Amino acid sequence: MLAVECIELTKDYRAGFWRPRPVRALDHLSLAVEQGEIFGLLGHNGAGKTTTLKLLLRLIFPTSGEARILGQPAGMMARQIGYLPENPYFYDYLRCRELVEYYAELANVPARERRRQVAWALDRVGMAGAAETSLRKCSKGMVQRVGLAQAIVHQPAVLFLDEPMSGLDPLGRRQVRDLILELKSRGATVVFSTHILSDAEQLCDRVAILQKGRLAGQGRLETLLAGEEDKVELVFAQAGPPQRRVVARAELWGELDQLRAQGAVIHAVTPLRRSLEEIFLSPGAPPASGGRSAAAAAPAAVPVEAQRR
Amino acid sequence: MTSSATISVARNAFREAIRDRVLFSLVFFAVLMVGAAVLFSQMSFGISAQSLVNFSLAAITALGVILAVFLGNQLVAKEIERRTLYTLLAHPVRRGQFLLGKFAGLAATVAVNCGLMGVTLLLALAYVLPGHWAAGEAAVIAALYLILLALAVLIAIALLFSCFASPVMAALFSLAVFIIGNFDQNLRRLGSTAHSWLGGHAAILVADVLPNFGGFNVAAAAAHFQPIAWRLLGWDTLYAIVYAGVALVLATAVFAGRDLK
Repeated sequence: MLAVECIELTKDYRAGFWRPRPVRALDHLSLAVEQGEIFGLLGHNGAGKTTTLKLLLRLIFPTSGEARILGQPAGMMARQIGYLPENPYFYDYLRCRELVEYYAELANVPARERRRQVAWALDRVGMAGAAETSLRKCSKGMVQRVGLAQAIVHQPAVLFLDEPMSGLDPLGRRQVRDLILELKSRGATVVFSTHILSDAEQLCDRVAILQKGRLAGQGRLETLLAGEEDKVELVFAQAGPPQRRVVARAELWGELDQLRAQGAVIHAVTPLRRSLEEIFLSPGAPPASGGRSAAAAAPAAVPVEAQRR
Repeated sequence: MTSSATISVARNAFREAIRDRVLFSLVFFAVLMVGAAVLFSQMSFGISAQSLVNFSLAAITALGVILAVFLGNQLVAKEIERRTLYTLLAHPVRRGQFLLGKFAGLAATVAVNCGLMGVTLLLALAYVLPGHWAAGEAAVIAALYLILLALAVLIAIALLFSCFASPVMAALFSLAVFIIGNFDQNLRRLGSTAHSWLGGHAAILVADVLPNFGGFNVAAAAAHFQPIAWRLLGWDTLYAIVYAGVALVLATAVFAGRDLK
């Protein structure tokens, strides 16, 4: 059973006051997330990451298509879901502990276990010492941590995190990364959106790249990053400052022989590996509108996995 | 649908009102009552009691309406604007449960507010009419109960408007409904005597659709310590339950399909 599944998910909004016209925020998105995976939703601002998460949480409703969580239509498995929105704001008249307790109550955590669960969640996000602090007095980073605590307090099977590292200092980011890995080791599925590519590179088993509401690529990071492994970077000096040249791996030895014959000094030979950023920013973004499928819309440089399993 | 989520939301809404110092209005009311009691005690025996009851019930109603309208229309809007609703609805909380919880929380806040104001009024009456005030106690309590019912209906209406209108518009709509609803009998009279067929039927239609807030107003009878009929209390209770219930069902229907952008 898949943890999360989007099938041809499409969302149109109506924009304009006098003559509203539909604007497509998400275009036939198909995704499949396995249980126990850390899955990254990547894309620029406005790419459709938050729209996808909101559709999965039934905060907005699809124009067409279907979203399923743990095999059930989205909205049916709320007890198994944790969610942290982007730049969260919480009831500032509450203390941190009270807030997490409130969400534990809403998540039907039994009263006898609630106190222990709340203490565990606050401890895991590094807020145990500030449990009695009013949210009014919390910094942005502290609010983000409390937000994470409310998302995990009921130990959900599937966790949706919208830009979870936002507003955190380096230590906080590391703690959140460790927490996500810990949740994975406990068997939870984590789907998070980010535009911070290093986070995705460090954490994600698989990622989906969204561009203008469409799936531009989906797959294992190794697969996505292996796109240019057949190329090698040469750094050499030949009577002047060092130069850089990228050659195909098959042509490496011939190129080296030629440079040596010319009296060049070879400084470095480095196999090229695409960074996620290169894929993210690669040309070939699909057109903004139209009804093509996600697979058809994907740029040639980015492999797209089968849309449904 | 479990009720525990509704109770949790209601408790939190009540806690918000308390911590946001909504009940500070009580202090204002208490000061007002002490001043009024001292002032009215200078008048003759009967007039002082009538004036005090009239004045106090009007003040309780006005403060209650302000709370119901201005807190009621923010109940949903504020949660959406601050995105606290996102995390809430990501948990096993249905939108109907959320609305019902918010309604119950604000109704409880208004009830506590009115109750404490009512106690202040009764104490002021005891001061103005030492040894005689008990005669009017039941009438005043009945009038307070009916004010509370009217405010519950108004909260449900404010909640309904807040599901699709901006806070300012929702407040204006709710206030308009409250004011028009207080002139129910005038509307019906206008409907039956209007020269225009269309105008007459429109007035009757408005009177039929909008709640009859005038029906909850027994301040004049209470001021004269006239007993309030049990039948009226029962009928108004039923009317308030049905009207608030319909408004909440409509609010849920509107809100259930709304995108939370």
